[in-house]
Amino acid sequence: MSLSVKDLTYIYEQGTAMSVNALNHISLEIPDGQFIGLVGHTGSGKSTFVQTLNGLLKPTSGKIYWNGQDIHEENYDKKLLRAAVGLVFQYPEHQLFETDVITDVMFGPKNLGLSETECRDRAKEALLSVGLDERCWTKSPFDLSGGQKRRAAIAGVLAMKPEILILDEPTAGLDPKGRDEILNMVRGMKERLKMTIILVSHSMDDVAEYADRIIVMNAGEIMMDGTPAEVFTHSSELEEIGLSAPQMVYILQYLKENGLPVETDRLTVEEACSEILRVCRDAGY
Amino acid sequence: MFKDITLGQYYQTDSILHRLDPRVKLIGTLVYLVSLFIVRSVPGYIFAGIALAALIRLSNVPFRYIIRGMKSIMMILMITVLFNMFLTPGEPLIRIWKLSVTREGVIFAIRMAIRLVFLILGSSLMTLTTTPNQLTDALESVLGPLKKLHVPVHEISMMMSIALRFIPILMEETDKIMKAQIARGADFESKNLKKRIAALVPLLVPLFISAFRRANDLAMAMEARCYRGDSGRTKMKPLVYKKSDYTAYAIMTAFVLCCVALRIAGF
Repeated sequence: MSLSVKDLTYIYEQGTAMSVNALNHISLEIPDGQFIGLVGHTGSGKSTFVQTLNGLLKPTSGKIYWNGQDIHEENYDKKLLRAAVGLVFQYPEHQLFETDVITDVMFGPKNLGLSETECRDRAKEALLSVGLDERCWTKSPFDLSGGQKRRAAIAGVLAMKPEILILDEPTAGLDPKGRDEILNMVRGMKERLKMTIILVSHSMDDVAEYADRIIVMNAGEIMMDGTPAEVFTHSSELEEIGLSAPQMVYILQYLKENGLPVETDRLTVEEACSEILRVCRDAGY
Repeated sequence: MFKDITLGQYYQTDSILHRLDPRVKLIGTLVYLVSLFIVRSVPGYIFAGIALAALIRLSNVPFRYIIRGMKSIMMILMITVLFNMFLTPGEPLIRIWKLSVTREGVIFAIRMAIRLVFLILGSSLMTLTTTPNQLTDALESVLGPLKKLHVPVHEISMMMSIALRFIPILMEETDKIMKAQIARGADFESKNLKKRIAALVPLLVPLFISAFRRANDLAMAMEARCYRGDSGRTKMKPLVYKKSDYTAYAIMTAFVLCCVALRIAGF
């Protein structure tokens, strides 16, 4: 079950003076089970890109294959594709509309034509996966807190049992605690449900800790594609396009330049901390 | 989806018309509309047509662009013409079943069609060359005297500009919510009418909620900047008449006088 993108180009308002080349000949393979961080500055085309992946936007040229099948072929069932490639939009809580949380989560499965009981089972499962307290399930979605609303909305996509889950800036507008909670939840879901995750973000710190592959987009093109450690060695190039490596990389690079023989590919505070301690111990402090 | 709406849209370019004071354009449009009803003969309509063509020329807006906005009005225009042709009493020309096309009806319908087309072209020329904000400023200034009669002119024009500003925002929002629901398997293009109406609920509920949220935020932001209506409020760009604006008024007066003269002369 893999997603493959060949020579994708998307042009907004083609043929007018306002035409914008949002995606420029992108080719990509997304194999099963990866946790991908898709990073780029505002306007780099990352949101447009993910919307082409489940057929919401039809590319100007190029092809997208899901399990080897062209998704824009005639008679291709887009509904099944959208169930398999789940897309959680930015501020997903703005899509909630039902009278209670569980009915809202059931909206997706219902659209797939499943039975009432199966819809309910899937909804419960999804709500448990996002860690939303059972007491909230019968509440109106509009009575929940911001973080809870976002979980409920993510559950709404999860209930369709996607094989790939794409999250577009899932931490936008959350405080640091809410951000960590959502990101930990995503990691937990990936491990438990064996999904492929594509996490879209403009913040390297968001993805550094969680992703095992990072794709950097700039001006509609893929600029870098590799493991976090590989990508972050190019910190000066990242800065040129308005991004930055995680803070820890900078600290370690600074230490190295000033004579401390540390490895610079430690991305989280804990890893960096133990690396510095190791070097210090070796030096006999 | 919303690409075809040109009526009431601003066309960004530079021209004499774009630079004119919005009050001149507002009053000018009204004057033109009135004068369309002053003239009632072929020479009169030709005169009004030439004036309009000259203005379109001056505006630097491509003629094709203006015509595109007319398409949506075409249907209404056709219906008006047909009704007038058939339902005006007078000397019958052709009979179709129980209905007859009358001579008076045809003349009336043609006159009506010309007036309507000029009317729409004239007013869309105003909106094409004037930004909505300029237009509401002009409206506030022109209706200013009504303040003495306790008409809340400033508040009305403020509401108008907010409403206009919100149109593109809400369109974008609609697009976003629609996509989010399609990603959850919603079907907005079902052939079944009942299903299609039911599909609007997941779109309209979030849309209304977001409209209220935005309105709330805006009210809060305005209050945070001490907005308290009209009293003591000054403008960053007050409307000031320039020499060209007076020239425009002079041409406008001459135009109306010509129309009146044509009418009196019996043309």
